[in-house]
Amino acid sequence: MEAIKIENLTKKYKDVVAVDGLCLTVFGGELFALLGVNGAGKTTTIKMLSCLTAPTSGDAFLMGYSVSKQAASVKSLIAVSPQETAVAPALTVQENLRLMCGVHGIGGDKQNAKIKELTNSLGLEGVINRKAGKLSGGYKRRLSIAMALISEPKILFLDEPTLGLDVLARSELWDIVRSLKGKITIILTTHYMEEAEALADRIGIMGEGKLLVVGAAQEIKDAAHAESLEQAFVTIVKGGVK
Amino acid sequence: MKMLTFANRNAKEILRDPLNLCFGIGFPVVLILLLSAIQASIPVSLFEIERLAPGIAVFGGSFMTLFSATIISKDRQSSLLQRLYTTPLRPIDFILGYTLPMLPIAIAQSVICYAVAIILGLKLSVNLLYAIAFTVPIAVFFVALGLLFGSVLNDKQVGGICGALLTNLSAWLSGTWFDLQLVGGAFKDIAYALPFVHAVEMERAVVVGNFLAAIPHLWWVLGYATIALVAAVLLFLRQMKRQ
Ligand SMILES: Nc1ncnc2c1ncn2[C@@H]1O[C@H](COP(=O)(O)OP(=O)(O)O)[C@@H](O)[C@H]1O
Ligand SMILES: [Mg+2]
Repeated sequence: MEAIKIENLTKKYKDVVAVDGLCLTVFGGELFALLGVNGAGKTTTIKMLSCLTAPTSGDAFLMGYSVSKQAASVKSLIAVSPQETAVAPALTVQENLRLMCGVHGIGGDKQNAKIKELTNSLGLEGVINRKAGKLSGGYKRRLSIAMALISEPKILFLDEPTLGLDVLARSELWDIVRSLKGKITIILTTHYMEEAEALADRIGIMGEGKLLVVGAAQEIKDAAHAESLEQAFVTIVKGGVK
Repeated sequence: MKMLTFANRNAKEILRDPLNLCFGIGFPVVLILLLSAIQASIPVSLFEIERLAPGIAVFGGSFMTLFSATIISKDRQSSLLQRLYTTPLRPIDFILGYTLPMLPIAIAQSVICYAVAIILGLKLSVNLLYAIAFTVPIAVFFVALGLLFGSVLNDKQVGGICGALLTNLSAWLSGTWFDLQLVGGAFKDIAYALPFVHAVEMERAVVVGNFLAAIPHLWWVLGYATIALVAAVLLFLRQMKRQ
């Protein structure tokens, strides 16, 4: 089943083409990693797929709904954990989750159950009454993902989920992302090779707005005749493989 | 009631910041005490309480702009707004959610300001209730400015423009610290083309029960409040689109 079908998606800002004719299909339950250096166009892609910014041309269909024409339907299917952690700093972890429940119209017992379930599965019980602004980077990220999961999205966008985390926090976050695998479709962006390799079913390498290659980590390495994904990445981005 | 959930969060975010409370409530109160103490020790009438209290009440309102612009600007930068834009909240929910909780905070601030003035000798009368009611359009003006600046500036710029520039403008051009008639000239003309002195003179008239004198100033305040609100809504919607 196709969860996301992207057709020639393009975003131009004044003098840069942030995303350039992107074509891609992502399947239901898949974890797809968009891998690219800073400025490759990953965040812009996520913003277009989540209806935050309108494409200059092209379109994308999420569960069949067009991001440019059926934004309301798309929004009801998706959730985003943005690149910046996007939490309310003066609210506690619990209050942040209640805020998300509230804006999604989840109240009463359902709200309590939802919060309990998510704090459990994301390991947030210990910090439930701490102010979000005072949390460590790793916990902020977990909260950010928990907030995204409140609405039970079919498609989850994780924009650089482990940016700036230490090794331990990163490995814990990877476990959390793995635990979500298969249940929902996930698009994750990253500039860490090992992250893409460790988590993704398939990887798309982006460079200067273009999707250069798509495939499982091994396929990409084979195609580039490279030992490691990093080697393959460098070859591909420098233009060695068509 | 998705909007109220969001409004509630914004109120908490502002009230939980001790610095906000210090400046928003503490600073005006300190000023009123300080200037009254000065008045008590000089022979001329410079800061009589029934003229000073309205001035400080209006000045305090300028902090509402700072608070609401700061939270909006920070929410844009932290991407919290981006996250919320992918939820069922509508544009009107964001606008009301940011502005509504500021109004009771602004009113509470005027109440505190007049309460301190009563302790310092302001005559207790029903006019004070009207004076507090008349702070509502002033509050709308300042809160709308907050939405406006929060939509276009980053939080450092908000600190400069709202925290330093606006608070000073609303103080110096309000006729609270010195009589604008005495200064005269272009300074006075500029002051009277802006809403701050009108807001203060409206409050002063209402405090002494001279409602007729308050009306022309009320029009100025309402006019500016309307313009600020319309501009704020347009600019907020623009930044929403420009994600
Ligand atoms: N709002 C914007 N206005 C102008 N240029 C932008 C804007 N957002 C992103 N860009 C540009 O688009 C390119 C891609 O950015 P982005 O999608 O953030 O990359 P990534 O997330 O892969 O680091 C960059 O060159 C960036 O400077
Ligand atoms: Mg990015």
